[in-house]
Amino acid sequence: MGGTTDMMLPVPLSHYLAVSAILLVMGIFGIFLNRKNVIIILMSIELILLAVNLNLVAFSAALGDLAGQVLTMFVLTVAAAEAAIGLAILVIYFRNRGSIEVEDVTLMKG
Amino acid sequence: MNWQLALPEIFLSCSAMAILMYGVFARPERSFVMSSMLAVGALLLTAMLVLSGTPGVGYNGLFTVDAYSHFAKLLILVAVGLGVVMSLDYAEHANMQRFEFPILMLLAAVGMMLMVSATSLMTLYLGLELMSLSIYVLAAFARDERRSAEAGLKYFVLGALASGLLLYGVSLVYGFSGSMSFAEIGRAMADPKTASPGLTVGIVFIVAGLAFKVSAVPFHMWTPDVYEGAPTPVTAFMGTAPKVAAIVLLVRLLSDPFGALLGQWQQLIVLVSIASMALGSLAAIGQRNIKRLMAYSSIGHMGYALIGLAAGTGAGVRGVLIYMLTYVFMNAGTFACIIAMRRQGRNVEGVSDLSGLGRTDPAMALAIAIFMFSMAGIPPFSGFWGKYFIFTAAVQQGMWLLAVIGVLTSVIGAFYYIRIIKVMYFDEPAPAFDPRPASLSFVVGASGLFTTFFFLFPAPVVAAAEAAAKVLFR
Repeated sequence: MGGTTDMMLPVPLSHYLAVSAILLVMGIFGIFLNRKNVIIILMSIELILLAVNLNLVAFSAALGDLAGQVLTMFVLTVAAAEAAIGLAILVIYFRNRGSIEVEDVTLMKG
Repeated sequence: MNWQLALPEIFLSCSAMAILMYGVFARPERSFVMSSMLAVGALLLTAMLVLSGTPGVGYNGLFTVDAYSHFAKLLILVAVGLGVVMSLDYAEHANMQRFEFPILMLLAAVGMMLMVSATSLMTLYLGLELMSLSIYVLAAFARDERRSAEAGLKYFVLGALASGLLLYGVSLVYGFSGSMSFAEIGRAMADPKTASPGLTVGIVFIVAGLAFKVSAVPFHMWTPDVYEGAPTPVTAFMGTAPKVAAIVLLVRLLSDPFGALLGQWQQLIVLVSIASMALGSLAAIGQRNIKRLMAYSSIGHMGYALIGLAAGTGAGVRGVLIYMLTYVFMNAGTFACIIAMRRQGRNVEGVSDLSGLGRTDPAMALAIAIFMFSMAGIPPFSGFWGKYFIFTAAVQQGMWLLAVIGVLTSVIGAFYYIRIIKVMYFDEPAPAFDPRPASLSFVVGASGLFTTFFFLFPAPVVAAAEAAAKVLFR
């Protein structure tokens, strides 16, 4: 009977933080190294927000405090609103320019 | 629970919803002007509610009303009101008379009011996002214009990245201090020696996110492009109220919960401030487009405001508040003049389009000259007094280097401000502009009078700023 509970080692907080930090860095690199498509930038932004959510939930569990999970719910909502606005802006951009290549976003410089 | 503390915010969001319903059911040709008028009315009533509100902490410490938030809220409401009035005429000419425009401004105002009242990381984030999401849409509001769409896209991508970084910092500060409330965080880091390094990393992320919103170097890259591309009333709006909200929030955050770590963030703010002042004054010299020039000018102004924060004293915070007040009026007035730069119904934006304005339209030339002198910090205009309070606060703390760099960069900055005056008064006249609409004359006149005659009655403003700063530094 003890065998199964021994297998269930709790995952330490630091592992969650490491995964979330990796996700954050992937998101940031996705924005700056991506030279192709604006949609990929939107996906990278979602990745950053999900990294934060993981962080918040892990901290919330470790601290035994619910505020982190409440903020996670808010972040999910805000992320949905942000994606909607981002896609709407992308649609009017595409209508004007006929392309969503990142390299074409250069009308203004200086 | 004392829910009435948030009455101004609740009223403003409800009136935004009511105006939205009005806009949906009204006849389309009248809905824009009427909803703008209603928006101005809602802002006025909200300002009265703010004035009659009593200080206190509500919503389990999420939301605080004090003299500091009062000052900032009134300033924000005035700035948003000027923004709505400025957009009236422009929208008519640029074919963007859609009733959603003033409603988005109202929602952004609600977000900003939440930001300045926030005493929890949760309120901070939600207020910031409500403001940012509204402004992303506003920047792309002239949807048939390529530059506006591009400005919206750029602002959205970089703004969302900055919000993400800020939120990551929020999660770290929450995890390593154990709470979201400012009071609890302050207790957790009361002794800087035992404060976890995770907290410092979190603070850096949060400062980076807020520095983006105030467009301080090195997070300024978006500013010139978005200022140039966005419709001019939106640029005027972005340059005033959100800057006030973000800088007021930054000051509260750094001096209230993070106050004990002054030694750690002070260097950061000093560096950001010097870099912003230097870039603001040097990069603006070569600009030919007046909206781009104003973008660099606003980067520089944020650098000056941050000096007051770096001083880390009550006098410094008082300086920041006075500086932001004078900045809002100078900026709103200048942008009202830029909106009035129109020939045969088309808006022009070049500095050279102003040539000979002193002869073709002496009143407008005089107003622009006043704003430019004030931005350059020449007495007796209000811009000088803002800088005066900031620099004395820095000198009192022995930060001579910062004050000297500030004075030097404002001398360099005076070059391009005064060049505009030279173009207006000594160059060969260009064709005259179209007649100015009354709404713009009102904004120019009101801000011009304030900027010119501030030195005659500074006492109430200084006293209000002093009382506000006392909240953070008892």
